[in-house]
Amino acid sequence: MAVRSPEVRIWWNEPVARGELLWIFIAFLWGLFMFFMMIYWHINGNQNLSTETYRVKPDDFVAKVESFVEKYKVGEEGDTGVPVVAPPPGSDVYMLARLWEFWPVLQLEKGQSYRLHLSSADWQHGFSLQPVNINIQVHPGYEHVLTITPTETGVFSVVCNEYCGAGHHTMTGRIRVVESGAGR
Amino acid sequence: MATASGELGIIGGIAARFRTCPVTRLRVDLAAERLIKANAVAAVVFLAIGGLMGLLVALTRWPAVHLLDSEAFYQVLTLHGLNVLLFWIIFFEIAILYFASAVLLNCRLATPRLAWAGFGLMVMGALLTDWAVLQGDSSVMFTSYVPMQASPNFYLGLILFAVGALVGCAVFFGTLVIAREERTYEGSVPLVTFGAITAAIIAVFTIASGAIILIPTWLWSLGYIGHIDTLMYKLVWWGMGHSSQQINVSAHVAVWYAIAAILLGAKPLSEKVSRTAFFLYILFLQLACAHHLLVEPGLSAEWKVFNTSYALYLAVLGSMIHGMTVPGSIEAAQRRNGYVHGMFEWLRKAPWDNPAFAGMFLSLVMFGFIGGISGVVLGTEQLNIMMHNTLYVPGHFHGTVVAGTTLAFMALTYLVLPLIFRRRVIWPTLAKWQPYLFGIGAAGISLFMLGAGTLGVPRRHWDITLSDAILSFDFQPAAYLMLGLNGLFALLATVGGILYVLVTVGTVLFGEKVTEENALAALGPMPARVAEAGGSAQVGRHGGEGLVHLPGTYVLVGVFFVAFALYYFVNWKYLSELWPIS
Repeated sequence: MAVRSPEVRIWWNEPVARGELLWIFIAFLWGLFMFFMMIYWHINGNQNLSTETYRVKPDDFVAKVESFVEKYKVGEEGDTGVPVVAPPPGSDVYMLARLWEFWPVLQLEKGQSYRLHLSSADWQHGFSLQPVNINIQVHPGYEHVLTITPTETGVFSVVCNEYCGAGHHTMTGRIRVVESGAGR
Repeated sequence: MATASGELGIIGGIAARFRTCPVTRLRVDLAAERLIKANAVAAVVFLAIGGLMGLLVALTRWPAVHLLDSEAFYQVLTLHGLNVLLFWIIFFEIAILYFASAVLLNCRLATPRLAWAGFGLMVMGALLTDWAVLQGDSSVMFTSYVPMQASPNFYLGLILFAVGALVGCAVFFGTLVIAREERTYEGSVPLVTFGAITAAIIAVFTIASGAIILIPTWLWSLGYIGHIDTLMYKLVWWGMGHSSQQINVSAHVAVWYAIAAILLGAKPLSEKVSRTAFFLYILFLQLACAHHLLVEPGLSAEWKVFNTSYALYLAVLGSMIHGMTVPGSIEAAQRRNGYVHGMFEWLRKAPWDNPAFAGMFLSLVMFGFIGGISGVVLGTEQLNIMMHNTLYVPGHFHGTVVAGTTLAFMALTYLVLPLIFRRRVIWPTLAKWQPYLFGIGAAGISLFMLGAGTLGVPRRHWDITLSDAILSFDFQPAAYLMLGLNGLFALLATVGGILYVLVTVGTVLFGEKVTEENALAALGPMPARVAEAGGSAQVGRHGGEGLVHLPGTYVLVGVFFVAFALYYFVNWKYLSELWPIS
């Protein structure tokens, strides 16, 4: 019994039933498969998170985003006063997370790739692009650069999914995706 | 019962009072027994508090009810995590450590006074942290990610609690040394004790990680340290946060083996295999802090892939082995008990009306199918992009910690009451239903949170209508349905939880005393058994001996494997449809 000492003192030499061995073998192979699946996807998959990261002072990042907005601003989102920014395809685009908004609204073109820079001005936040369902953690002090390629047009929302205090549930942002060429 | 007052045993020059257990014939150190009782009672108190908080969380998430305001919601959610995930589980685990050392090894407990000091520290720490959160300025969630800051007492309470738990581990290790020195058992320790040793070793690693990060954070909250790096905090904090869940896994797997042994006379199919599986936990489970860092900046893909898979999924291998050997040992025992017909007579005629067995088996199945499978998928580097910080995460860990650990501990309680508290369970009918109500409730909570998370609903979020946000967004109607169902099943689990507390407290206070005569009956219904004493030759010296086939178990693990593989590939399919990111 499992609550008593093994009856055979040298239990290491006891034979193991064949069914048990077979299951261990299958489970081990399955583990290996799952391990190599992640590596395979790095080679042949299209969804791998970039690890390109720079240390940045939060204030410096805010300044970068502000100059980016100034440069490419094309209007405001409805009557919210939030700037809409339409950067050229292939360029570096910025999104700032801060209490409690993702700023600014980005207008991107379908099928084009952008280098998206993410960082926070204050606490940690969660960049959750909906309904696409891409989720990335955003840290203050770390500038994370990833390449994204929208594959559909429409209005997409960024919802904060890292708890960030009293106004967490009001923290959203937006990415608009238009047909290629339509934004220029 | 002549032994109730205890006999004086002098071993190694140190006096300890013992009684002899009428069921197991083991000598029970009364000091150990008192400590087991105290820790178990504290555990149930914190479960009641934390469980109530959980109900409030679920009722607020339920869109049609939306009970609490946002400030109260975040406060209650912080309390929920602390009280159930830390306080309930760790108090109960300390009780298990004392049981698996002093009681199972037939030994006196090392330094009971120190153990009481540890218990006192844990109680003080838990109360201090709860008090800090109740003040309203420490609603920082269980994880308290910097640079969000709680009041210093929040961290101090956790540190005291951790030190107390560390003392408990030290007492456990000390007891092992005494048992060996005083030769209170022969050969190797029992498998359940081996599982408890696994849990305690992981606990030491866990508590060390906690100290490394919480002490500087406490000093930071007092103003002595200027800056704590956010990424470093998460890395080290999860060395505590995730590894502490591996304490639970080790402990509840040990509990599965214990219940199967006590009720059914199950022996491990192979000591070698089961112990190796525990040993894999010690070697690899600690890598799991990576599970929380898969979509973070600043960490290499190589680091993520290696750590998130516990090297080559070697700790998952450990769990998959237990997932076969636990039902396998039950099938072997039941077949020896005479239930040999067909593939599943052993399972059909298992004591399903004994809450200890029902809870244990439900815990085993749900931990594997819900918690285990979702955990591996969630912990796959790229798949995590679709799930990080959504409700999928609490969906997963309610499958492991609630349907798995909590239900297993509840099941064990129905044996602890007659064996340690020496009271017969009152209201056996209520007790019989309790694991089903709680288990089905917990399963529903898990599954519907997994579903809502798949639809992108964020965790730790007061209002998914986002009605106060400047830029609005509407989640799919199905997400609202999931949260409503989550609320309904939370109600069911609450009924199960209340029954558990009622039956436990009622039994401790008013239960009929267990005597020499009714001791075996007090354990509840169990199948007729082949004679044990002296019968080992015919029974077989280990669980698998002489048995070629365990067909029922093979079918169960086969179903499990197919479900696992299908769900795994479905998620890769979903991922391939996502916007390309690199």
